[in-house]
Amino acid sequence: MGIYEISLATVVGINIILALGLNMISGFCGQISLGHAAFYGVGAYTAALFAKAGSPLPVAISAGMIAAGIVGLIVGLASLRVRHDFLAITTMGVGFLFLGIVRQQEILGGELGISAIPSSGFSKIGYLVLVLTLAALVTAFSLWIKRSWMGFAFDAVADDEDTARVVTVDVSAYKLAAFAMGTAMAGVAGGLYTFFARFLMPDDFGFITSITVLSMVAVGGIGSVFGVIIATIMLTLMPEFFRFISDYKLLVYGALLFAAMRFAPEGLAGMAQSLLVHLKLKTRAEEEVT
Amino acid sequence: MSTILDIRNVTVHFGGVVALDNVSFKVNRGEFLCLIGPNGAGKTTMLRAVTGVIKPQTAQVLLAGKDISHLPTYKRARLGLALTHQIVRPFRSMSVLDNVALAAGYRRIARVLTAMATVDRSTERRQARKYLELVGIDEVAQKSAVGQPLGVTKRLEVARALALEPKVLLLDEPLAGLNSVEAVRFADTVADINRQGLTVVMIEHNLGEVLRVGQRLVVLDNGCKIADGPPAEVMRNPKVRAAYVGKE
Repeated sequence: MGIYEISLATVVGINIILALGLNMISGFCGQISLGHAAFYGVGAYTAALFAKAGSPLPVAISAGMIAAGIVGLIVGLASLRVRHDFLAITTMGVGFLFLGIVRQQEILGGELGISAIPSSGFSKIGYLVLVLTLAALVTAFSLWIKRSWMGFAFDAVADDEDTARVVTVDVSAYKLAAFAMGTAMAGVAGGLYTFFARFLMPDDFGFITSITVLSMVAVGGIGSVFGVIIATIMLTLMPEFFRFISDYKLLVYGALLFAAMRFAPEGLAGMAQSLLVHLKLKTRAEEEVT
Repeated sequence: MSTILDIRNVTVHFGGVVALDNVSFKVNRGEFLCLIGPNGAGKTTMLRAVTGVIKPQTAQVLLAGKDISHLPTYKRARLGLALTHQIVRPFRSMSVLDNVALAAGYRRIARVLTAMATVDRSTERRQARKYLELVGIDEVAQKSAVGQPLGVTKRLEVARALALEPKVLLLDEPLAGLNSVEAVRFADTVADINRQGLTVVMIEHNLGEVLRVGQRLVVLDNGCKIADGPPAEVMRNPKVRAAYVGKE
């Protein structure tokens, strides 16, 4: 593997953690968020400040995770009263608020960003292994949550909040849990990005990034862990393999997002499932004929 | 007979419209109470106020002597108030069985952290199957809750409510939309459940079934209570007749 492939794979790993974080909030719990990049940014900037102050990597990334989770919890608390499209607009506002604050803070480097972030201490390949290990852990955690009673309650909240309350689900507590966990994952992704890029710019965490992550989740199939992972790999690599896409990245992501919402609201996972059902029916029909 | 649910002075305004005007009534332990009245009388609003789905301007609700007036809906449900909807609302992403299993696991989902740590659903699914058998729809247990006929989803609502092991079962027009055969059969099911000791409060327009299975009637009209008593006596009440067939 050349250096280029290693960095690509590292970015894929970071994006998987980021997308699975949003999948926890929007996929599992049904709370749409258009400001996920802000939490990615909180994690990245916190880790950068800790790293520059001399903290070792585990401390810096943990600090990023905790900071993003706490901000996520606060945003979640403030968003408890809004639903659906209002929640989308509120979270979008949080994304812009984050950028606005970062751009004005000298300690965060303002428009120039933070540069000269210390090295992770790992070799390129060693860092890739770390990122992929964490991505695997986050995947395992997501699959566990999906199967647990928490995931069961998330399904109820995502389906119908009012009915969930009638069957004793503490909707607010579950939404806050989803926000805290999903944004903490974004914080981990941000911390990993900090040590990977070693240079942060406010625009890395802007609205475009939020929409990119949302496309990964929507194209993969909202709520499906493996669908989201596959879509994340595809959407991260596509602009690299087809250079011409890179210039029209936003257009392509936007078109994919639209196409997924319009034609396959359950994304790749839904398409795979209906194909499977179709094949099963077909073989059954053939068996009955013979 | 002791009171299980004591509803006092419920007043609900929607903007300038008075939906309920200082209505009080008691529900006795183990009885089958029917809440009736013409369209727009405030029956559904009453059940929604009792469960806390809407916030009344004034109301005091005591469940088994405990004041639950200021508790959120999910806590009232945990204490034993189960509500079914007039317009059925199954969880669309789940199978029929899981709709009920989730409710049967109300203890497991009570705390977020313990919910996160537990995975096994087999006990609750077994219980859920029992409730589905009780209401007679266990043959569709594995099917998706979406696309089931109304007769099934109405029963599903009741099974899901029963899975909460409630003290009082509040039913909002469980027979509406069913044909007459289904309605009779389902009313019998509810009456059976009541005979096994569960207190039932049912809103229903189907007067035939109400008079057949109800033990006591509370009649609402225009947001006010106009009658309360045994079915035969209530139906002789001129006010009730006027409300239903118009003034003579």
